[in-house]
Amino acid sequence: MNSIIRHAYPAAPKSLWHRIHLDPVLLFGLLLVAGIGLAVLYSATDGNMKLVYNQMIRMGIAFTVMTALAQIHPRSFYRWSPYLYGLGILLLIAVLIFGDVGKGARRWLDLGIVRFQPSEFVKIFTPMLVARFLAQHPLPPQPKTLALAGLFILLPVLLIAKQPDLGTAILVAAAGSAVVFFSGISWRILGGLIGAVLAALPVLWTQLHDYQRDRILMFLNPEQDPLGRGYHTIQAKIAIGSGGIWGKGWMGGTQAHLEFLPEPHTDFIFAVLAEEFGLLGALSLLVLYLAIIARGLLMALQAQDSFSRLLCAGLTLTFFVYVFVNVGMVIGLLPVVGVPLPLISYGGTSMVTLMAGFGIMMSLHTHRKLVPS
Amino acid sequence: MPAFRLKDAALETRLFLNRITAAAVLVILMTLGLVARLIYLQILGHEHYAMLARDNRVKIIPLPPTRGLIYDRNGRILAENVSVYSLEIVPEQVDDLEGTLARLREVIDIGDEEIRRFRRRLKRHRRFESVPLKLHLTDVEVARFAVKRPFFHGVDIRARLVRHYPYGELVSHVVGYVGSINESELKRLDPIEYRGTTHIGKVGVERSYETLLHGHTGYAEIETNATGRELRVLKETPPRPGGDLHLSIDIDLQDIAYRGLGEHNGAVVALEPQTGRVLALVSKPGFDPNVFVFGISRKAYRELQKSPDRPLFDRTLRGRYPPGSTVKPFVGLAGLEYGVIDARKEIFCPGFYRLPGISHRYRDWKKWGHGSVDLKSAITQSCDVYFYDLAHNLGIDRLHRFLSRFGFGRRTGIDLGGEKAGLLPSRDWKRKTFHQPWYPGETLITGIGQGFLQVTPLQLAKATAILANRGAIVTPHVAAYQVIDGKSSPLYLEEPEARLRLDPRHLRTIIDAMVNVVHGARGTARRIGLGLDYRIAGKTGTAQVFTVKQDEEYHASKVAKKLRDHALFIAFAPADHPQIAVAVIAENAGHGGSAAAPIARRLIEHYLEHQRP
Repeated sequence: MNSIIRHAYPAAPKSLWHRIHLDPVLLFGLLLVAGIGLAVLYSATDGNMKLVYNQMIRMGIAFTVMTALAQIHPRSFYRWSPYLYGLGILLLIAVLIFGDVGKGARRWLDLGIVRFQPSEFVKIFTPMLVARFLAQHPLPPQPKTLALAGLFILLPVLLIAKQPDLGTAILVAAAGSAVVFFSGISWRILGGLIGAVLAALPVLWTQLHDYQRDRILMFLNPEQDPLGRGYHTIQAKIAIGSGGIWGKGWMGGTQAHLEFLPEPHTDFIFAVLAEEFGLLGALSLLVLYLAIIARGLLMALQAQDSFSRLLCAGLTLTFFVYVFVNVGMVIGLLPVVGVPLPLISYGGTSMVTLMAGFGIMMSLHTHRKLVPS
Repeated sequence: MPAFRLKDAALETRLFLNRITAAAVLVILMTLGLVARLIYLQILGHEHYAMLARDNRVKIIPLPPTRGLIYDRNGRILAENVSVYSLEIVPEQVDDLEGTLARLREVIDIGDEEIRRFRRRLKRHRRFESVPLKLHLTDVEVARFAVKRPFFHGVDIRARLVRHYPYGELVSHVVGYVGSINESELKRLDPIEYRGTTHIGKVGVERSYETLLHGHTGYAEIETNATGRELRVLKETPPRPGGDLHLSIDIDLQDIAYRGLGEHNGAVVALEPQTGRVLALVSKPGFDPNVFVFGISRKAYRELQKSPDRPLFDRTLRGRYPPGSTVKPFVGLAGLEYGVIDARKEIFCPGFYRLPGISHRYRDWKKWGHGSVDLKSAITQSCDVYFYDLAHNLGIDRLHRFLSRFGFGRRTGIDLGGEKAGLLPSRDWKRKTFHQPWYPGETLITGIGQGFLQVTPLQLAKATAILANRGAIVTPHVAAYQVIDGKSSPLYLEEPEARLRLDPRHLRTIIDAMVNVVHGARGTARRIGLGLDYRIAGKTGTAQVFTVKQDEEYHASKVAKKLRDHALFIAFAPADHPQIAVAVIAENAGHGGSAAAPIARRLIEHYLEHQRP
């Protein structure tokens, strides 16, 4: 297996890409998705250039953040991770106490100049801390180490779920769990954990807010309330199904353009893509996402230390969770949770976080010691 | 935290590779799950969802056709579509609804009730839909609003077409009226053709020619968004307007007949004998059909129904009257055809008739009798005794058979609904109805058009037309031709459906006698025979409503008006080449010669004067 690594990245003099600490393959894939995202967004907003410009600005910021983070040495991430994590937890507590209420949930922190969601940072800080913590110990982790890692994950997840923001909580949990998974936790323990989570579901159910329960019930049977809470799911299915193999053509989707699909430019934008570009368009996008994920996993394989491996692979898998949860929700496989489609959905904060993750991955990858084996 | 184990780099790398592989497999499997679902939705479910998407956005709106017009024989409009204006508001376009309403009330008189109804409608309509505030604006109100319109954004006047009958009660029973479609009609109507239609013909030709007048509904496929706002028309199939209907009715003759009846209720029918075209079909009193178009109030409808004059009742088709002496020419012809009498043979009329062996006296209307009369003078003077004797000799069977050939006891088949068959009695009929044998006395009174015998005015006119035609039978009809897309086509062949085989000499005898009724020195209608350059053949009739007891006398002044005799008159003219046949019944008007005949004369005079040279 070492040969794969050797052949995939042969020893060579530092390239230009290496010097600016960017991964060309990853960058190309991300830019491609972003381009597609802008085109779909233009259609989903019914040709609203203002929103498209807004999104372009956010993309610019996100790519800038990515580039900036790529320049930082992995050592710094390793060192700062406990403090960053601690800061994230403090901010989450602050949100619960001082946060702004938006759409019935307390998610925002207003610092006068900037208004942001601390939960977004935690999406990065949590896997980073867990990766460091596990890397400090021999792998596979001992049960005690594992239990502590689990606590590190659970703390922010619970704080976020309390806001309530189920989507982000799931993503944070996924990010942390992914790192644990890659640490080599034994299948038996993994199976036991999954069993425990399943057993805890009824308890969790009682802790959910009414609207969250409604969403889940509605997912199980959307036709029960076609004009109410099931409406979103039904209209999305109609949009996707009516797209067929070839789609209705760009700007030709009737479901989105005639407002049958509510807020088609945010979480449900995949329905617009599937309606206008059909099965072929939807599959192409999924393949593109898979390519990005493949590249991420490959980069993790090439990493030279546990921290880099775990973080890189964890962030990659988190990216997949984004895609899977969003698409699964839109096509009616999963309940409606607020998870955006990476680089396609309209909205800034989560995109910046996502690109920050890719920046960190690029940093981990491009700061390796390039030694011929 | 102390490390109990040392890091084993090789083990860790192997483990990590293992997990990456597992993750890759997991990612691929989960993605395949998504792909499977996409295939399910986009390939297997495509048709279903494509249909749902189409249903979502495309609304099919019916475009109701314009109803065809109805004209009389001279091209005068009997039923038309007029624009009615209503004041409507689009709530979305009005910033201050209360203020606008208050300002509107300064311009146009809007009642509190109308405001209340508007608020109720407001709740049922979407914000971008036009909501009616006041219906049926007067011309003055339309003009007043038009001036102020620039100050009322979102308020506008809308026009819609409403059926209007300019001649009102004059042709109410013939033309009929349209009204809102009711539930039972909804069940039998073609739901596609009538999707946008609100009104349907209820009576008269509006009903019997509904299909022609209605036309064909068109459709517009309109794209709508999720809120139901109409965005654009995708496809439009325009409606095909209803065909125009031209009647053979002459509104002038209707007017003459209606006014001619004066204070009396009654019925007048005028036909063109050769074709069966109905020239006049008057049932008095009529009613105003326009009140039915908007929906008549329960109270007004009850008043119409309860009125002793029964304005809604079409006497021409449904009124059953004893024909009285107007039946005599037919009975006389029967006598000749069956060889029961010789036209020249006289009998003596002492003023009454007695069946052999029975003491009952069947009286003549002329108490002291007509003396010696032959057939011609019996018809001219309307001698009852002559016809008692004739009927007795004919017997009810032959009488029934002969009269039924002239259409008595049967519907005429006119193109209007609700026609009655009248009653032509027979032995069979009596046995079935009363379980009684036929008595000879009943034959006698049938012979003078009394007793069980009942005819509708239309039947009487049709029988008169057959006589005028010398035996040719035609079916009366009020519709002459239709005009669809500018192309006119006749609605009837107008050829005799059958011809009675009658001896021309017998016919001549009867018709001569009928001419004598009008032009003879002793004719019962001689008052109308003066000053004509053609001859009218006619027969008067007086139908008893009230049975006078044996040995009592009938005095019109002594009986309540509704029990007074009906005055009847049948006629055709010119006698040699008839162009018009008429039947007149003036209820409770007394003697046919004085009350009914003048109406017939005026109709004949007007019609022959204005006929094509």
